[in-house]
Amino acid sequence: MSVANGKVSQLAAELSRRLATDKRYKILEAVMRRYDYRSHGLIEVLHAAQDSFGYLDEPTLYHIAAKLHLPLSKVLGVATFYNYFTLKPQGKHTCVVCLGTACYIKGGDRIVEAVQQRYHVKPGATTPDGELSLLIVRCVGSCSAAPVALFDGVLGTHLDADTALQRVAAMLREGLPEQSNGKTPVQEVER
Amino acid sequence: MARTLTINGQMVSARDEDTILRAAQDAGIHIPVLCHLDGLSDVGACRFCLVEVAGSNRLLPACTTRIQEGMVVQTDTEQLRNYRRHLIELLFAERNHVCAVCVANGNCEMQSLAIQLGMTHSRYDYMFPSLGVDLSHERFGLDHNRCIMCTRCVRACDEIEGAHTLDVFGRGAKARIVTDLGMPWGESPTCTSCGKCVMACPTGALFKQGSTVAEMTRDRSKLNFLKTAREERKWIV
Amino acid sequence: MNPDELNRIAQAEQAALSRHEHAINVCVGIACHSGGSEQIRKALEAEVKSAGLQGKCLVRGVGCPGLCAEGPLVSVEPLHRSPPQELLYRKVTPADAPALVRSVVREEPLEQLRIDANQPFFTRQLKIVLENCGHMDPERIEDYIARGGYQALIKVLTEMTPQEVIDALSRSGLRGRGGAGFPTGLKWATVAKATPGRYPTYVPPDIQSQKFVICNGDEGDPGAFMDRSVMEGDPHRVLEGMAIAGYAVGARQGFIYVRAEYALAVKRLRTAIRQAQRIGLLGKNIAGTSFTFDVDIRLGAGAFVCGEETALIASIEGGRGLPRPRPPYPAESGLWGCPTLINNVETLANVPPIITKGADWFASIGTEKSKGTKVFALTGQVKRSGLIEVPMGITLREIVFEIGGGVPEGRQFKAVQTGGPSGGCIPADYLDMPVDYESLAKVGSIMGSGGLIVMDDTTDMVEVARFFMDFCMEESCGKCIPCRAGTAQMHHILTKIQQGKATARDLRLLEELSNVVKHTSLCGLGQSAPNPVISTLRYFRHEYERKLVPELERV
Repeated sequence: MSVANGKVSQLAAELSRRLATDKRYKILEAVMRRYDYRSHGLIEVLHAAQDSFGYLDEPTLYHIAAKLHLPLSKVLGVATFYNYFTLKPQGKHTCVVCLGTACYIKGGDRIVEAVQQRYHVKPGATTPDGELSLLIVRCVGSCSAAPVALFDGVLGTHLDADTALQRVAAMLREGLPEQSNGKTPVQEVER
Repeated sequence: MARTLTINGQMVSARDEDTILRAAQDAGIHIPVLCHLDGLSDVGACRFCLVEVAGSNRLLPACTTRIQEGMVVQTDTEQLRNYRRHLIELLFAERNHVCAVCVANGNCEMQSLAIQLGMTHSRYDYMFPSLGVDLSHERFGLDHNRCIMCTRCVRACDEIEGAHTLDVFGRGAKARIVTDLGMPWGESPTCTSCGKCVMACPTGALFKQGSTVAEMTRDRSKLNFLKTAREERKWIV
Repeated sequence: MNPDELNRIAQAEQAALSRHEHAINVCVGIACHSGGSEQIRKALEAEVKSAGLQGKCLVRGVGCPGLCAEGPLVSVEPLHRSPPQELLYRKVTPADAPALVRSVVREEPLEQLRIDANQPFFTRQLKIVLENCGHMDPERIEDYIARGGYQALIKVLTEMTPQEVIDALSRSGLRGRGGAGFPTGLKWATVAKATPGRYPTYVPPDIQSQKFVICNGDEGDPGAFMDRSVMEGDPHRVLEGMAIAGYAVGARQGFIYVRAEYALAVKRLRTAIRQAQRIGLLGKNIAGTSFTFDVDIRLGAGAFVCGEETALIASIEGGRGLPRPRPPYPAESGLWGCPTLINNVETLANVPPIITKGADWFASIGTEKSKGTKVFALTGQVKRSGLIEVPMGITLREIVFEIGGGVPEGRQFKAVQTGGPSGGCIPADYLDMPVDYESLAKVGSIMGSGGLIVMDDTTDMVEVARFFMDFCMEESCGKCIPCRAGTAQMHHILTKIQQGKATARDLRLLEELSNVVKHTSLCGLGQSAPNPVISTLRYFRHEYERKLVPELERV
């Protein structure tokens, strides 16, 4: 964008610094190229960006808008319309509690309450030390094992408040997110 | 090609490509609207222009429904009046609409509509959301408290000015009008300060800086003038 | 790819399979997958290898056999016995592998893990859509072909005109499985008749089609996972259905719109598309004919409203998923303004068997107006939860008490909720009602996409209504006033009732508002959002009234 403007030149400077150092923008470039930089690829491109960076921040959105020749506000509008995208970085660990109907009527809300109280973190937020994000989803499609939650992407089934808290504590103790077969549906998106 | 239809028992002649709203307006029949503005595309969002069409089990928005030969339309039944009253009450309770301190008092389409629909109060609890006002632009202001999300400003900015500075952020009750990447309006790199969004606004949400209570008047017909001039090279004053 | 080549692949695959004596099927559907079924599969493979049985026992991953609550599930299928006596094992761990393989060799069931395959959960079902789930590896196109896959596509391309395909669909009586139950044949005929690009807007130059087929896999109802199981367990079936639809309506390009959360389904669909393209069942000149059809995947991103067809189209175009008023319907003006056929996953999965077995066969199943079967995700307070497929017209009692085994621990059945946030709660009085589109609508619910949630006497029905209203409020796109502001007010009143702060006047207002939102909202989300409130008020009004306070006591 050639409009002289403080905010935009800041974004552009930050972006060129990142483009030079951060390899993840190369992956993003490949995805945009696959859609021939056309606007109908916007959501796929946002997916790719979120998968690479974990969240969508201003310089990234600015980059995508510029490359796809889309209005800035449209890109922001699309990114904030869909729940899957987040503009804020997540904590080191995530506890995603399902509140689909089956989980809800089997007590999923009590799990949310327990984690919320123990770690003083509201649904959708991250603890101040950046260790834990508590998130809520509407149905992960594992209703037969309700109530369920994903601890760093690993599905915990037939939970109650106590077992859920144990899983969260274990996850925080272990340091790095554990990788196992039960990788999160969220992490597992492959292309 | 001319078509004939019946609106409120009156025979009306209209062009093939006309909407029910257009046909009614041409025949001098009033249908209440809020998200519609001549010169902008129609989105069918506010639902005030819903009408009853014989043979359809659903109510149809007059602004987007094309006429058909022999169509029988009712625009002002008891049922429709009841629904419209609920809709305007919902709108008043949704954000912080206080006419007494509003720049658009007396020039507000939402206010006129409430009067026209005979609204005396809202049966719904006021939600009193905590919303901000963006006064960073040197000439204009955006008060989210008075915004009804009709998106006329978004369409004016995109379709007529072409800048697409404005769009909608988020969704549902949490949706807001946003400039560019969410920066203050005054810092927008794309806004041309043309003021078309302000012309389009039906309420006091978008206003000229410096206007005080009831001072904010605007010429909404300018947008249709511009569109016809730009697209058809016709200057209709 | 021509019919002979297809048969050769099928025969080669069947021959390879029949060299084995047993197939050990490990469920790799998401529920069992997250229970560790991949490790079980590896343990079984290692065990078979160390016992030197590679030629005799085939270990393979298969789609969901249904009884998800008992997973991870493993079944042992004898390949040379008819009728095949399949053994099904529950809650298997990698440590069970040696004992399991030993039992296969000795041909003795492993009693401690065995589930009775003759229980009503299995015997009362009728599998058409799910016939392959649990019996083939969803990541191998050869498995699908060996089970008769792609025969229907070859048949329509070589023997039938598009009109004959549409006639067959119409005669079968198939109706849309996404919720509303619109006759599929009629929808196909409308798109087939539509002039390409009648209201053209802008078709990206890299997309070569003037009509489109979209498979709606945006299964957003909380408590529903039918389409997920089909896409994970039998992805080629969906592709075949789409290609047949493309031929019938005259489209060259299809899109599958899948929730990004369904990562396993996305992965398997991508694999399936690649495989089908490789052997010429998708792409240019399929089966040597002039028919060209390709499929691409588009990921949803967490917006329930995108299950609504016009919102879904807006999303595929790369925008905010906002619905728009219909008409014009997508059949006339859909994706990029072109005529577009949108069918749900389960609807398309029904198409291949209708072609191969005939419309009359399909029409012989079900009731007069609702033909075929329906897949349900049976969950909630029920003993055996999981994925089931039953003929239309079965009663709710049979589903809940025979297949599902009733509510657990001597509790009382209270209601069954169908149709998710757009549906209603059906009380015990209607348990003997047949499950079909019309009957469900008559009692104030809908067929919906197939979530079936059983509630017992501990369930607070006002809370259920509030839960669904919370969902609809969060998922409202915010475009139209009744849905955006109306659902928020309904949620507010329901919360007041729960907090003991509502009066009879509030309840009256809630009822009036339900009516307003239902009749004035722009799209299906808003129009059906009041259904859970309306239906619980209809059958459990006393639960609401009990919580009201007199006007003067209100604080």
